[in-house]
Amino acid sequence: MIQEQMTIVRQHQLTDDVYELVLAGAMARLPWTPGQFVEVQVPDPRLLLRRPFGVAALDPAQGQLTLLYKTVGAGTAALSQARPGEKLAVLGPLGHGFPSDFLQAGKQALLIGGGTGIPPLYALGRQLHQQGIQLTSALGFATKSQFFYQAEFAALGDLACATNDGSLGFRGHLGLLLDTQFADAQTRFAAIYACGPTGLLMAVNNRYRDHPHAYLSLESRMACGVGECYACVVPAASDTAATAVYKVCDEGPVFATGEVKL
Amino acid sequence: MTTSNHDHQNHQATNEHPAHHLASADRLAVHLPGLDLKNPIMPASGCFGFGQHYAELYDLNQLGAIMIKAATNEPRLGNPTPRVAETASGMLNAIGLQNPGLEAIMGEKLPWLATNFPDLPIIANVAGTTEADYVAVCQRISQAPNVKAIELNISCPNVAHGGLEFGTDPKMAAALTAACRAVSQVPLYIKLSPNVTDIRPIALAVAAAGADGLTMINTLVGMRLDLRTRQPILANGTGGLSGPAIKPVAVRLIHQVHQVTDLPIIGMGGVMTASDALELIMAGASAVAVGTANFADPQACPRIINELPQVLDQYQISSIQQLIQETAVVR
Repeated sequence: MIQEQMTIVRQHQLTDDVYELVLAGAMARLPWTPGQFVEVQVPDPRLLLRRPFGVAALDPAQGQLTLLYKTVGAGTAALSQARPGEKLAVLGPLGHGFPSDFLQAGKQALLIGGGTGIPPLYALGRQLHQQGIQLTSALGFATKSQFFYQAEFAALGDLACATNDGSLGFRGHLGLLLDTQFADAQTRFAAIYACGPTGLLMAVNNRYRDHPHAYLSLESRMACGVGECYACVVPAASDTAATAVYKVCDEGPVFATGEVKL
Repeated sequence: MTTSNHDHQNHQATNEHPAHHLASADRLAVHLPGLDLKNPIMPASGCFGFGQHYAELYDLNQLGAIMIKAATNEPRLGNPTPRVAETASGMLNAIGLQNPGLEAIMGEKLPWLATNFPDLPIIANVAGTTEADYVAVCQRISQAPNVKAIELNISCPNVAHGGLEFGTDPKMAAALTAACRAVSQVPLYIKLSPNVTDIRPIALAVAAAGADGLTMINTLVGMRLDLRTRQPILANGTGGLSGPAIKPVAVRLIHQVHQVTDLPIIGMGGVMTASDALELIMAGASAVAVGTANFADPQACPRIINELPQVLDQYQISSIQQLIQETAVVR
C-alpha cells in the first residue's frame, strides 16, 4: 500500500454516467491482485472522504491503471470534471483480491457482473485469460444504453448479456439468466466470481453457496479504507450469536460465498 | 527524555533568543502529565485503530503519541451499517465503539505497539457502560508499560448507555473521574463533550475530582437524511460530526475551558494542517490530536509535524512550549 499523487492520463465518458479514468504512477507497477481497490481523493476540498474504486485494468509496463466509475453524487461528479495532466491523491492497493492460484490452464471460470460491479472482474478476466483459463462472462445492466466494456469482455471469451428491459441480450435480471443459461454452473466452472449490487450478490451467494471456489466482491461506505476506522463492516454468516463482523476494506472486499450475511 | 519542570524554566529563560537557536526537535517538544512528547501531534482515538495499517505507510515513531481506539472491558461489535456519512467539510460517524475488548488489546494490540515502537507513548481511550466497567479497564490498561496516559471517554455520542450520559452531568463525571483516578497507574485525561449547554462546569468538576488533564472536543451530535427514503442515512439515526466543519467550535470551547482551569488540554476538532494545530494551541491546548484528517490524507499526521517548524517561523514563534507558556492564563 502506498499513497501517491497520480497523474490523469485520460478520461472518457462511456455512457450517460460512467467514466473511464486512466491514471499514471508508481502504484501501477506494484504487485496487484485483481479485486483490490484504490481510494481516490476527489478534487473538491469540501469532500473529505476518499472514494473507493475497483481497478479495471493494470498496465505495469506503461505505469498506468484504469478505473471505471459512475457519477452518483458530488464527489464522482467533481471527479468526472478532472482533466488530463491533473493530479489525484490515490491510496492503494487496498484489500484482498480474488483468489485464483488454484485455477489451472484449460479450466473454466465464470465472471458475473452487474452495473458498476464489472471493473474488478475485467482486471481479473484479463489476468485469467493470459493464464489460459476459459472464461465466460455474464453481465447485467438495466438497459442497453448503460452497457459498457461489452467488446472488452467479449474479447476475453464467451459473453452473455442481460438487460431488465430486454434491449440487449436476455430479458430479465442476471439471476434468471444464470438459471436459464448456466444451470450447470456449479459443476462446469472451477471458479465463479461476482461483483455488483447487493441483489446480484445475494442471487450468486444463494446459488453457489456450496461451490468450493465462488467469490463475491462487496461494496461499502468507507472512511479510512485501510482497516482502522471500522466503518465498513459486514456480519459474518457463521455468526448466529452476532459476535463477528468482517471489515470490507481490509478483510474483503472479496469474500467466499456463504462467508458473509448480505 | 530528561525534561523536567526545571527544563521548562530554562525554555522560558531563552524566550528572547531567535527561533533558529533552538534545535528543531526542541521547538516541537511538549510536556504534559505522563507525556514527554517530541512533538504535539497525535492521531485521535477511533481514527487510527491501533496503528497497524498506518504503520505500512509511515514510521509511527514520527508521531508525538497515539491515542488508540476505545477499549471496553468486553469485545464490542458496534452499530449496524451505514456507520458513516459525509457532510460539507466533515463527516458523521456512528461506529459504536467497536473494539476487540480489553483482553485482546492487552494481549495483542499494545504488545505489538511496544515491540515495534518501544519509545512511542500510547494514550489509551477507555469506555464503558457502568462505572465498574470504566474502573476495571483503567486499572488493567494503565499497567501496560507503553500506556503513558488514559483518555476517559465520557463523551461518545453513539452508544445507548455510558459514554455521553457521564459526560453531560458534572456530578456523574466527577464521580467517575475520582473512581478511575483512584485505580489508574498513569495520568487521567477526561474527554469532554461539546454536546452541553456550558462545558465549564463539567471541566471544573472533573478537575476537582482529580483529573490530570482534559481532551476536547469529542464529536458534535448530528444527523443526515436520505431525501429518497426520508430516513436517516446512518443506521444509528444520529452520529458524531467531525472534520474541519467543527474546528471553530473546538477553538471556542478549548478557549473557554482554558480560561477557567489550569489543567493541560489535548485539543482536537477539525485539524487538517499545522496552522489548524497552532490555532488550537493558541486557544489553550498543549498538544493536538488529528482525527478525520487521517481519512482525507492517511499521511496527515507526519505532514502536519513536518509543516510545524515553517508555520512557527511564519508567526515568529520560537517553540511550541513557548507558545503554551505565552498562552497561559494569569490568575
